Amino acid sequence: MSKFRKKKKGMPAVNTAALPDIVFMLLFFFMVTTTMRETNLVIENPRLPGATEIKKLEDKSLVSTIYIGKSKDPNRDGVGYNKVQLNDKISSADQVPAFIFSKRDKIAEALHPFMTTSIKADKESNVGTIIDVRLKLRDVNALKINYSTTAAADN
Amino acid sequence: MARRDNPEINAGSMADIAFLLLIFFLVTTTMNVDSGISKKLSEKPPADYVPPIIKKKNIFEVNINRNNELLVEGERMDIKSLKDEAVKFIDNGGGIGNPSEDGTPGKECDYCQGERSEASSDHPSKAIISVQSDRGTDYGTYIVVQNELLKAYTELRNRLSRERYGISYDELEQAFIDAKKSADLKSQVDKLRRKVEDIKTAYPQIISDAEPTS
Repeated sequence: MSKFRKKKKGMPAVNTAALPDIVFMLLFFFMVTTTMRETNLVIENPRLPGATEIKKLEDKSLVSTIYIGKSKDPNRDGVGYNKVQLNDKISSADQVPAFIFSKRDKIAEALHPFMTTSIKADKESNVGTIIDVRLKLRDVNALKINYSTTAAADN
Repeated sequence: MARRDNPEINAGSMADIAFLLLIFFLVTTTMNVDSGISKKLSEKPPADYVPPIIKKKNIFEVNINRNNELLVEGERMDIKSLKDEAVKFIDNGGGIGNPSEDGTPGKECDYCQGERSEASSDHPSKAIISVQSDRGTDYGTYIVVQNELLKAYTELRNRLSRERYGISYDELEQAFIDAKKSADLKSQVDKLRRKVEDIKTAYPQIISDAEPTS
C-alpha cells in the first residue's frame, strides 16, 4: 500500500532550460533582418501620397534617398514644404549631383546603371521642387527614380 | 582546503537578458519595404537635338494647374474619369503603328478594342501621354495623376494578357519573377520573358513630363 501513497502530488515543473535557446534564435533572426536607419530626418516625416501601381525597391544598397518636405526647425531653415534633405542636412537641388556622386563612389562601377534614387516627398510639396531635383538627376545620368508612395486601397 | 568543484553558474537569468535584447531589436526594427512609382528618366538630349514632329492626335495632353485642377485635351476633367479617357485614347487604334526595328512597316493595331476614330491616337506604340504641371502643383496630385495613367496601362495590359495567355499581366509578371528566382523553373524563364516582352511592346508606357509652367 505504501507504494502508492509515496507518489508525488502536483505537476512537475516544466523544464525551461531550452527557453534561452528559443529566445536567442528569435533574437538572431531580428538582428539579421534589422536595418538601422542611417540618416535621421531633419525634415518632418513626409506624408507620402498613396498609389496603387507600385513596385517594390529590391536592393537597398543600390538606393539613395532624397527627402523633400517641411523642416523640423523652421527658425533655422524657413517654412514651407519644399526643403530638400540630402544625407543629414537641408540642401538645395544644386547639391543633388554631388550627393549622387558620393553615393556612386561606394558602389562598383558595373552596378551604377542599376542605382535607383528614391524620392520621398510630402504630399504638399510642390512639383517644381521635384522637377528641379529631377533635372539635376538627369544631368548626372541617375535615370532610375522611384517616387515613394504608400500602398493605397484600390478604388 | 579549498573546494575543488566549481559551483555552477546560475543561467536562470539568461532568458531575461535575451528577452531584453530581443525586445530592443523588435522595437528598433522597421520591416517596411520601400515601394513606389518607378520611372525611368529620358537621357539628356544633346544641344542640337531637334524634337521629332508628332501629330497632335497622337498626344494626350494632361495639364494640372496650381489649384490642382485637371485640364485634359482642353477640357476640365475630374480625376475619376481620367483613367477611362486615357484607356480610350491609348486603345483607339485609328491608324498604323510605328515600323518595327527590323524595318517591316507598321501594322494596324489588331488587338485594340477602341473606337478607331480618326481624331484620336493611331496605335498604342504612337500614343503619347504628356503631363504638364505647374510648379505650384501639389506633389500629391501629381502622383495621383501618374497613378491613374499607369492604371490605364495596367488595365489594357491585363486585358491583352488574358486574351493571349489566359492570365492577367500582373500574374504573368509575378510568374516571371518567381521563375527567375527558383532553380527548377529555369526552363520557363525564356518563355515567360517572351510573353512579358510581347505584352510590354503591345502597350508601351509612354508618359512624358513636359516642362512645367511657372
